[in-house]
Amino acid sequence: MKKPLYFFLPVLILIAWEITATFINNAFILPRLESILAVLLNPTATTYTMGTGSLIDNAKASIIRILLGFLLAAVIAIPLGIGMGRSEFVHEFFDSTIQILRPIPPLAWVPLTLAWFKIGITSIVFIIFIGAFFPILLNTIDGVRGIKKTWAEVAMNLGAHERQLMGKVILPGAAPTIWTGLRVGFGVAWMCVIAAEWLPGTTQGLGYLILYAYNFGQINVVVAGMVAIGLIGIGFDVLFKWVEKRWFGWRSLER
Amino acid sequence: MKNIANLSLRDISKTFTSEKGEKIESLSSISLDIENEEFICLLGPSGCGKTTLLRIIAGLDRPSTGSINLDGYGIDRPNPQIVMIFQEYSLYPWRTVVANIGFGLELRKVPAQERHLIIKKYIEIVGLEGFENSYPYELSGGMRQRVAVARALAVDPSVLLMDEPFGALDAQTRNLLQQELLKIWEKTKKTIVFVTHSVDEAVYLADRIVVLTPRPGRICEVISEDSPRPRDRTSIEFAKVRRHVLDLINQPKCSLP
Repeated sequence: MKKPLYFFLPVLILIAWEITATFINNAFILPRLESILAVLLNPTATTYTMGTGSLIDNAKASIIRILLGFLLAAVIAIPLGIGMGRSEFVHEFFDSTIQILRPIPPLAWVPLTLAWFKIGITSIVFIIFIGAFFPILLNTIDGVRGIKKTWAEVAMNLGAHERQLMGKVILPGAAPTIWTGLRVGFGVAWMCVIAAEWLPGTTQGLGYLILYAYNFGQINVVVAGMVAIGLIGIGFDVLFKWVEKRWFGWRSLER
Repeated sequence: MKNIANLSLRDISKTFTSEKGEKIESLSSISLDIENEEFICLLGPSGCGKTTLLRIIAGLDRPSTGSINLDGYGIDRPNPQIVMIFQEYSLYPWRTVVANIGFGLELRKVPAQERHLIIKKYIEIVGLEGFENSYPYELSGGMRQRVAVARALAVDPSVLLMDEPFGALDAQTRNLLQQELLKIWEKTKKTIVFVTHSVDEAVYLADRIVVLTPRPGRICEVISEDSPRPRDRTSIEFAKVRRHVLDLINQPKCSLP
């Protein structure tokens, strides 16, 4: 182990947790680690989750929702960001609206979302969409504006037409920054999906599971659900970073 | 082929409007005939509009007045026969050396197989064997400019425009690349218009040195130089030409706008 200190605190916390839990001896406040692990180590079991399906089923439900909202956000934010980054006119047209909407936290949209889309997946996806949209948009604009003027001029000088300029210079040049936007947007979306699953009428999802389990006093399931949420979040982040390093490493290496 | 005016500039002027709304004249009635396979150096102080002139020839900027002809055809947009090499930051950092050199060929839809043969040829000409799959960030400044030169040559233009291409390099690398540029020029027979503010560089490279005045840039003097190449920078002959050019650019007619 190169960095023994790195894992020191987590282990200490776990030991402290277990000692305190044994001492308190009240699973409604601080469940023992064994009872949490029992849920986590049987992710396909339906015995702990009170009819909401297994841990895996709930995770799947959350991931499908986040992907829907996130992809929708990307499909709209990236082209808009490219337009705003390339054209002063497009930027001037959209910027005021975006500046007004941007500071509103995604969860502040919940009541209006319910009024518009009623209870159901559409509302959840919309909240996720709002969460992911702005980081993707702002990074795309930044990425396109960060394209060196010479890169575009070399292409034009060598006879590139507009589509080639877009496909061979603007997109690849802005890609690393757009990717950062996607990563940040996904992180925000992941937070949104958990809270959005607390909306009335939801019957599955990790967010729903932890709140539902709390109502039944199953704190070990609550904590196991939180750990699952954290692990999935890290998993996606690692994936995003791996792609960044593999394909977009040039940005940090370029002098 | 000599003595045929290949690239001709007629009465080129350029006026900018600054952000404050002032009109700034950057170039004033530039007329010049450049022959086929000629090596021209545009020599002038910073801000005299020499880069602007090059950009106008490249079709990246439009002149306010005047016209440019290549083999009798007017130029008002980028032309496949005229390729520019920029001072720096012109390589695509996400492309390898090979992919950078092949960029122009890719734009022109040259089939992959033919492209590889052409790239291979120019990798050899600029001496980048062994670095085919390197990325620009792995290369020194001098090697990056070799890639830029190869990329320009790969589309086989008749005119190369070079905007202080070695200006950001150290003196040794610079001298080496100047020597190699001359070899490449002799091999490939391009017309070269080379912008520099270094008298030494101009005297070493050029067939003709076009001396520009400070802004607004006008042609002050055209100096023909027919001493054989490679020129010896330490020779008395070289020093004489150098002194002549230096005297000239210090005269009021060349040093005052």
